[in-house]
Amino acid sequence: MRIVLILIVMFFFTLLQPIVVVATHEGSHSNKSGESKVERDLPKYFVPPPPFSEGIFPCSDCHADMEVNPTRRKLEMFHTNIELKNHAEDQRWCLDCHNPDNRDVLRLASGKLISFEESYYLCGQCHGTIFRDWKAGVHGKRTGEWNGKKVYRLCVHCHNPHQPRFKPLVPKPPPVKPIDIR
Amino acid sequence: MFDLIRNFFTALKALVKGSRTYYIWVGFLSFLAILGGGAYIVQLNKGLIVTAMRDQVSWGLYISNFTFLVGVAAAAVLLVVPAYIYNFKPIKEIVLFGEILAVTAIVMCIMFIIVDMGHPERVWHLLPIFGTMNFPRSLLAWDVIVLNSYLCLNIFIVFYVLYKISHNEEYSMTLVRPLVILSIPMAVSIHTVTAFLYNGLPSRPFWNASILAPRFIASAFCSGPALMLIIFQIIRKISRVEIDNKAIFKIAELIAYAMGLNLFLFGAEAFKEFYSGTVHVAPIKYMYFGLHGHVRLVPWMWTALACNVTAFLLFLSPKKREDFFFLNLACVLVITGVYIEKGMGLVVPGFVPGTLGEIYEYSPTDLEIMVTVGIWAVGALFYTLMLKMAVPIYVGDLRFSTSKNEKQ
Amino acid sequence: MNEKKDKLTKERRVSRRSMLKGMAAGAAAIAIPNTSDASIWDAFFQKHFREMNSSEVSAVIERLEREYSEKYKLPIEVKATKAIPGVKFGYGLDLSRCIGCRRCVYACVGENNQSRNPQIHWITVLTFKEGEKWVDLEEANKYYNPSKVPEPGHFYMPVQCQQCENPPCVKVCPTKATWKEDDGIVVIDYNWCIGCRYCMAACPYGARHFNWAEPGIPKEEINKSTHYLGNRPRYKGVVEKCTFCIQRTRHQPGRYTACVEICPVGARKFGNLLDPDSEIRYCIENKRVFRLKDDLNTNPKFFYFFAT
Repeated sequence: MRIVLILIVMFFFTLLQPIVVVATHEGSHSNKSGESKVERDLPKYFVPPPPFSEGIFPCSDCHADMEVNPTRRKLEMFHTNIELKNHAEDQRWCLDCHNPDNRDVLRLASGKLISFEESYYLCGQCHGTIFRDWKAGVHGKRTGEWNGKKVYRLCVHCHNPHQPRFKPLVPKPPPVKPIDIR
Repeated sequence: MFDLIRNFFTALKALVKGSRTYYIWVGFLSFLAILGGGAYIVQLNKGLIVTAMRDQVSWGLYISNFTFLVGVAAAAVLLVVPAYIYNFKPIKEIVLFGEILAVTAIVMCIMFIIVDMGHPERVWHLLPIFGTMNFPRSLLAWDVIVLNSYLCLNIFIVFYVLYKISHNEEYSMTLVRPLVILSIPMAVSIHTVTAFLYNGLPSRPFWNASILAPRFIASAFCSGPALMLIIFQIIRKISRVEIDNKAIFKIAELIAYAMGLNLFLFGAEAFKEFYSGTVHVAPIKYMYFGLHGHVRLVPWMWTALACNVTAFLLFLSPKKREDFFFLNLACVLVITGVYIEKGMGLVVPGFVPGTLGEIYEYSPTDLEIMVTVGIWAVGALFYTLMLKMAVPIYVGDLRFSTSKNEKQ
Repeated sequence: MNEKKDKLTKERRVSRRSMLKGMAAGAAAIAIPNTSDASIWDAFFQKHFREMNSSEVSAVIERLEREYSEKYKLPIEVKATKAIPGVKFGYGLDLSRCIGCRRCVYACVGENNQSRNPQIHWITVLTFKEGEKWVDLEEANKYYNPSKVPEPGHFYMPVQCQQCENPPCVKVCPTKATWKEDDGIVVIDYNWCIGCRYCMAACPYGARHFNWAEPGIPKEEINKSTHYLGNRPRYKGVVEKCTFCIQRTRHQPGRYTACVEICPVGARKFGNLLDPDSEIRYCIENKRVFRLKDDLNTNPKFFYFFAT
């Protein structure tokens, strides 16, 4: 009786074998036999909240009762300090990212609405490779524990979304020359 | 026991009694030594910050002198070779003074290493058994071993021979000959290992040239004997030791060959560097032409080259080298040339430009020079006192008594 | 068999050491006054770090903590945390991001108790003019001081200990006072280093620094959390170097190094080379990396890369 059972199991196993082989083969292709994947899962840790200017959020405080004006124009009453610069300003405008109907959220190109805490999805629409590097922990500043709780930052913690180029910094003093070390 | 005490006083008397010149000389050296010692105490208290060495050029005058003196020590062998292998009589008789010079040079080498150390009191960490000597991986460990073995070997030969002579006994050639012959490969090895010390550092392309060890040997065989020629003439003048002119001229001839080889090897190195013109040309360019406007070594290096070439030409002509004026001039030129070339001219360019391209123009501080002069004074004092004992024994003026020879 | 032999040599060494100790103590009793202070002799006869058993290590650490607290009037903790099994540290530096602001240099100085005067910096930031050849590093400048960085037309390359797998400094050390730990960090026993500086001549990266004088650190700037092999206060006359912040990183979980943490542009990456999911592995596998002076076969675990 037991022999029959074993034979049946073996038969099924033989049938399955080509499939199993293909699967592991494919697996090793995409995953280099267990090595790291190119595409990483989303990070678990952030530094909340997003770095809003003082008193600006929630946007609905002002925008809730305002009518949406979808015309592309230069803002003259409010937000005059915001200038799109070095960020494809010819192609885009406020409402390409800010959701017109509810200003407290952002809107992806697909129409999907996301919170400001998830703004990386918005940036990731264009900056796919950077988004990928960021998820892996390679783009952007990382603090915390290398083998524990890693603290991530949102894109906007380092890059002003309207003028994303990194601002030059004052360098720390140069080292003392050997001749001056006494 | 009684003999021992009496002999001690005999020896002491031999050291203490001397001419006015002797007292002045010893006094002068002691003064310099004390000055150097004082400078060293300052260095011990404040740290090596009192030197001009920094992270960019982390070795300087001390290690330069060390390298030069290893060469002097090794060169004692140049006397031993003809004396014992070819049985060239005139040289054989003066080998002893060469070996005393080797002992002195090694003692000075050790002093230069000690003063260069950040923690001299930890020197025992270097020792096998007591410490953790990194043998055989570290060339510095090799250097410790060969230098100390060479020192022991020479001390033994010198003291054994002097002891026997001073007790009116024949020294055993069956004992001395193998030791003397052993000292030949030992001498070559101390200098080869010292060259390898630098040679084995791929981070410093200037040193990482396989021509370095042969160049070390060649230049050592110029400077060491040149120093000895001068010393021999002094010994001959102030004591009854007879040194045959033949020996002196023979040594001069050997210096000519060694200097010829040294210049050839230098030429080979210069050709390779300048003709290929890779990034590794920077150090040698720094030495002879300056780098990015930094020219501190340039006059020194050309002086050294001029000294070496002139000395070579002088030594090459039998007429000139047998004229004592030119002979001594050539000796001084060789010593100067090699001291620059193998001292600062070897150590500093290894660090310039630095591994990250930085150029720091090292030039020793007064305190560093004082310590260096102090060590040279101690060396000269040591050699003087050794000779003060050895010369009378050698010429038969000083004899120690034993119960045995008293009975006779 | 080997173990027995090892033990034998060790015992012999110990007994000879005690003999030496007796001799030296005798000589010193005459030569040096104030020998009543036993800790000087404990320091003098302290064994090589790797030859001590755990109780000897804790005795030494206790003594060091006492000495430091007397010297700096602060409670300073000295750890001797061992390497985490299965970890080999690697470092990545994104040259396309670095702006040469030197924040890392000074974060390192503070974290690792480097001497302020005379100044010791474990990190050197080099700048090159764009378009200039930089293989010989001769065109590099580490003393740049513009009002703002990055300067147009320049790029920057920080250099620190590359934690070579095949470290020339370890090879040349005559006393084995520097060695590579199991997690790949090259460390120094500051109580064993004789200060010969052979390692500084051997290092191709200018990563080793010498305490030319007694290190000077303002008391209020001392980092009190230290490691024996890392950032504990050093002595005059010994060599020191970057240890990947051994006092931070050797924990489970362990913090990032100070330079990673401070870098405003996130150019610095750190992690376990043996962990396929680490940032450093991602860099090596997905970016074009290079190592400084790879031709010297030092096999550094410090990878420069260009993320874009």
